Amino acid sequence: MAGSEDQFDRVAVFGGIYSNHLALAAAVEDARRRGADALFCLGDLGGFGPNPDKVFPILRGEGVRVVQGNYDDSIGRGLDDCRCGYTDPRDNHYARLAYDYAFSNTSGAHRRWLAALPPAIRFRLGTLRVLACHGSPRQVNEFLWETTTPSHFLTKLAADAGCDVILGGHTGIHWARRFAPRGWYVNAGALGRPANDGRTCVWYAMLSAEGGRLGVDFVPVRYDHEALAREMAGEGICDEFITTIRTGWWTTCLEILPSKERARGRY
Amino acid sequence: MKDLNILPSASTAANGLGGGRVAALPRGAESPPQVPLRALDQLWFQVSGTVCNLRCRHCFISCSPDNHSFWFMTRGQVAAALAESVPLGVKEYYFTGGEPFMNHEMCGILEDALELGPATVLTNATLLPERTVRELARLAAGSPYSLELRVSLDGVTPEMNDAIRGEGTFARCMEGVGRLVDAEFLPIITAMQSWPDAETGRILGGFRELLADVGYDRARLKIIPPLLIGEEARRTQGYAPSMRVTHEMLHGFDLDQLLCTRARLVTAAGVHVCPILLDYPDARLGDTLGEAVARPASLSEQACYTCYLHGSICANTSASSEF
Ligand code: SF4
Ligand code: SF4
Ligand SMILES: [Fe+2]
Repeated sequence: MAGSEDQFDRVAVFGGIYSNHLALAAAVEDARRRGADALFCLGDLGGFGPNPDKVFPILRGEGVRVVQGNYDDSIGRGLDDCRCGYTDPRDNHYARLAYDYAFSNTSGAHRRWLAALPPAIRFRLGTLRVLACHGSPRQVNEFLWETTTPSHFLTKLAADAGCDVILGGHTGIHWARRFAPRGWYVNAGALGRPANDGRTCVWYAMLSAEGGRLGVDFVPVRYDHEALAREMAGEGICDEFITTIRTGWWTTCLEILPSKERARGRY
Repeated sequence: MKDLNILPSASTAANGLGGGRVAALPRGAESPPQVPLRALDQLWFQVSGTVCNLRCRHCFISCSPDNHSFWFMTRGQVAAALAESVPLGVKEYYFTGGEPFMNHEMCGILEDALELGPATVLTNATLLPERTVRELARLAAGSPYSLELRVSLDGVTPEMNDAIRGEGTFARCMEGVGRLVDAEFLPIITAMQSWPDAETGRILGGFRELLADVGYDRARLKIIPPLLIGEEARRTQGYAPSMRVTHEMLHGFDLDQLLCTRARLVTAAGVHVCPILLDYPDARLGDTLGEAVARPASLSEQACYTCYLHGSICANTSASSEF
């Protein structure tokens, strides 16, 4: 698997970018300033936001190590669906709008780049064995929410995957839990949209290790969200998505949330 | 609540990493397809056996106050299976019956489960007095995990619901729902589809209005297909003889869609393949969870045909509106 020999002490981990190139640029700058040795992105580069081609030069120019998300795999292979795993008709309606827009606005070269991304990256953080993936080590679009993911389930995932630390995304809400002396799960959340907390900032994870001890910090990123909202409107992207960028509350993809995550949001 | 709600959680559906393989079997023989468990993601508990305070006309395992073919589980029995589930890496716990709140130890059982993981209770909401709801709210607040209440309601009016679930059940259920909403739960209201597809949009709209009236303005709704067994087979016409899962039908089929590749059901009298096939000879797979996870499911029953057709739509996740 790519990067299996690499060892770092301090890394920044980005969740779904969803074409939010302004937040990505701000996060990269912030992570560099905080001394990250390496930058990782856990996939789902497109969808939701405007002009999907704009994120690729940033990721490639900054040497971000990118894992393939379900979105990237779908766009890369030209599938007709994002396979986000929603089950509700309204959620699927909005997912389809976003996917169709991203699909028709991603260049052929970028699609080929997406298709070639690895499904997981292994590396060492201090002495910890880390697996970076999109959904879960066993399934690209598995949702791991804080309130529906038991610690013993994480223990089994990590044992099956042969790692100490699992990095994942896909859900869009960041959280972390230590489930064993060396065992951690870290969901990096998303750079592409706020965390359904009524704040317009987005979040990434900064991880540092001293030997076998992991430090996890979630870092808020402020960026020009009004400029993004204007760009989305200019692209004819639906108001529901723009509202989320402007208010920090999710307006779609709500039915997949467990009750505790749902109750924290406004809708 | 025997109105289904079964099948794999959305999180395991639509698998991008490839579906499962059916165990190789001699083709052409009458032997039904056998599918191994892929991972024990869901552990179900028949906490009140087949005992229910209602006797709904569509109940697919024919629960009633006097159906004692499966008896209540004790808190100790549930705790033993919970302990066994930890090394197996179970992801979610589900509690069903009959009516789970007929079991006097139900809150204690949930307390034990919520220490380990998320719990979902399938209930008719008619046995939820104030003090039970308060206790549930206390348990939910005290756990890092979500407690989901799935409430069965089969119509947007007393006439529509009570024709299926019995006289007066609409009003009693709505009282329970109102108490849950007041305690800041977001119950998942589940209805068995008893209407033509073209009506679904109108009926979902009706549910949303009805629930908004008791202060539930972001109702989580879920429509499920009928299972034509138990009382439902008597209520409707049952399955046609050709409605069976065959080996051919499983070619290219994503087995993750079937609950039995992801779950087992613990009862007071052994561990069964799934919560649907309670009263079937092949369905009991062992005395312990360890035995039951090692044995494949046999898709021998006609109810399996409904899973085959509708599998992925039956999960905790709800349908908020029509499109
Ligand atoms: S409430 Fe109705 S459907 Fe549910 S278990 Fe009781 S009789 Fe069966
Ligand atoms: S009814 Fe049949 S197909 Fe459905 S979960 Fe049970 S064994 Fe599997
Ligand atoms: Fe994703």
